Amino acid sequence: MFELSGVLHRYGAVTAVEVPEWRAAAGDAWLLAGQSGSGKSTLLHILAGLTRPTVGSVTVNGTDLAALSESARDRWRGRNVGLVPQRLHLVAALDVRDNLRLAQTLAGLRVDDDRVTALLEAVGVIEFSRRLPSQLSQGQAQRVAIARSVINRPALVLADEPTANLDDAHAAQALELLRGQAIEARATLVVASHDARVRSLLPNLFALPAWNVAAI
Amino acid sequence: MNIFRLAFAYARRRPLSTLLVVVMLALGVATVALTLLIAHELETRLTRDAEGIDLVVGAKGSPLQIVLAGVYHADVPPGNIPLSAVTALRGNPMVAQVIPLALGDSFQGFRIVGTEPELVAHYGGALEAGELWSLPLDAVLGSDVARAAKLRAGDRFTGSHGLAEGGGQHADARYSVTGVLAPTGTVLDRLVLTSLASVWAVHEHHGEDEANARREVTLALVRYRTPLAAASLPRAINSDTALVAASPAYETARLLTVFGAGVDLVRAFAWLLVAASTLMLFVALAQTLDERRYDLAIMRALGASRAQVAFVLLAESLFLAAVGTLLGIFLAHAAAAALPWWMPQVAPLAVAARQFMPEEWAVVGLAIAVGIIAALWPAWRAYRLDVAATLAEG
Repeated sequence: MFELSGVLHRYGAVTAVEVPEWRAAAGDAWLLAGQSGSGKSTLLHILAGLTRPTVGSVTVNGTDLAALSESARDRWRGRNVGLVPQRLHLVAALDVRDNLRLAQTLAGLRVDDDRVTALLEAVGVIEFSRRLPSQLSQGQAQRVAIARSVINRPALVLADEPTANLDDAHAAQALELLRGQAIEARATLVVASHDARVRSLLPNLFALPAWNVAAI
Repeated sequence: MNIFRLAFAYARRRPLSTLLVVVMLALGVATVALTLLIAHELETRLTRDAEGIDLVVGAKGSPLQIVLAGVYHADVPPGNIPLSAVTALRGNPMVAQVIPLALGDSFQGFRIVGTEPELVAHYGGALEAGELWSLPLDAVLGSDVARAAKLRAGDRFTGSHGLAEGGGQHADARYSVTGVLAPTGTVLDRLVLTSLASVWAVHEHHGEDEANARREVTLALVRYRTPLAAASLPRAINSDTALVAASPAYETARLLTVFGAGVDLVRAFAWLLVAASTLMLFVALAQTLDERRYDLAIMRALGASRAQVAFVLLAESLFLAAVGTLLGIFLAHAAAAALPWWMPQVAPLAVAARQFMPEEWAVVGLAIAVGIIAALWPAWRAYRLDVAATLAEG
């Protein structure tokens, strides 16, 4: 499904992340483990085509990301990648339903209101569909962000520390929801987390060594 | 869910700043457009009313006063001239036409003008009802007068002394309306026309014979037979001790120059308002950019290109500029339409409300420029946004 080889990313002289080899098959559910600062977010951004690695090749779903121009990568990302950022980042000016429709529009797809309704029902926030993000609880906002990540049926879903601010019960719920929706969309899932609670819930593990932090 | 809806959603999220920008821009645009409309209408009217009148001859006074009184019926005439002066002018081979005017009375603020039927023909007037005056104290009403006073042919009214409203009524000036004129869009619409004899009858209480010798008119409108007359006739008349000849074309041009300077000043102030609202729009956009870059980053993550996120800011700016401009154009026309209630003395200029001038398109174009200029830098920053770093900083 995706394949990284010889990937290395530096900010100036500091190596942010180094991945000699990582292959994932379609439908896998991966935990990308590592301490904070180990480069998990950078690696997710590389997989999403948001960051171009300093060296190495990244192939996702048969597409060599290095071969795409920046705007082609934007278009590709809209259709193929669903992202759940750590801070969720729902668009503050739009209500829940419009946040999902915006994700369809920006991917260059037609707005499919039936799909929006079905997803909001599936993640259990249909009664909040006319609320603004500021009127949602953290848990509700996360459900909306999960729905948004799968709305365009992406091949790859990336989540950054989705359980960081949740208690045990909610962390398990959120992760189940994420897995369930990824399976539903037939997407490969990568969850970046330093949370030990997540380990048992995801079958595949890719661990970043801690020494990446200050490697020169 | 298009970009413009998104822009609208953002504008709605900060209603006060949106309102301020829109209202200021609207006021600026309205003032610019209103000065355009009014100045254009005024110039058109001044030119149209003076058309075909080469010279106004009156008693000693300022030429501007004579033109204002004789052509625009807007000032008090300096005094009277003897009827013999009119006769003499008519005998002059350089003169094609002389129309005498006898002023002095008014009716509900409209001037009663003793004259000859040629005045109606001169302004292209036509009877809408009834017929022209034939006996003393017969009167024909301009269309504005008939409408304002709700008078029809066959009705009677009493003139009042003096040219301004509120003068004492002439008990013996009971006019009967014989006709009403169709609208001409000229000063004729606001006049009450009657014969010279009526004015004499109202003002002279002496015996007929004595009066005949001292017959006077107030002003005479002169049309040249040949353009050459312009060189010599005014000089000839001005050399006569008692008379002044004034050229409406010259005096009107002078008036418009003075008026134009005032208009330019008002318009400069209006442009200042437009510039200030551009600056405010810019500040509003730049300020929200800090909180909004997370939104822009996530939009990029959702598949938007650099150009698309830059366009979100541009669209919002254009949206606000467009609303402000359209509101301003609407306000300008509404204000022009409200002129009769607001400033009754310039009521005829309200015609301007119904016309759309080509220059107004330029104002619309300028407002689009305002929207683009205000958004340039914020849009550039949105274009340059480092998505990965912004998402990571959370």
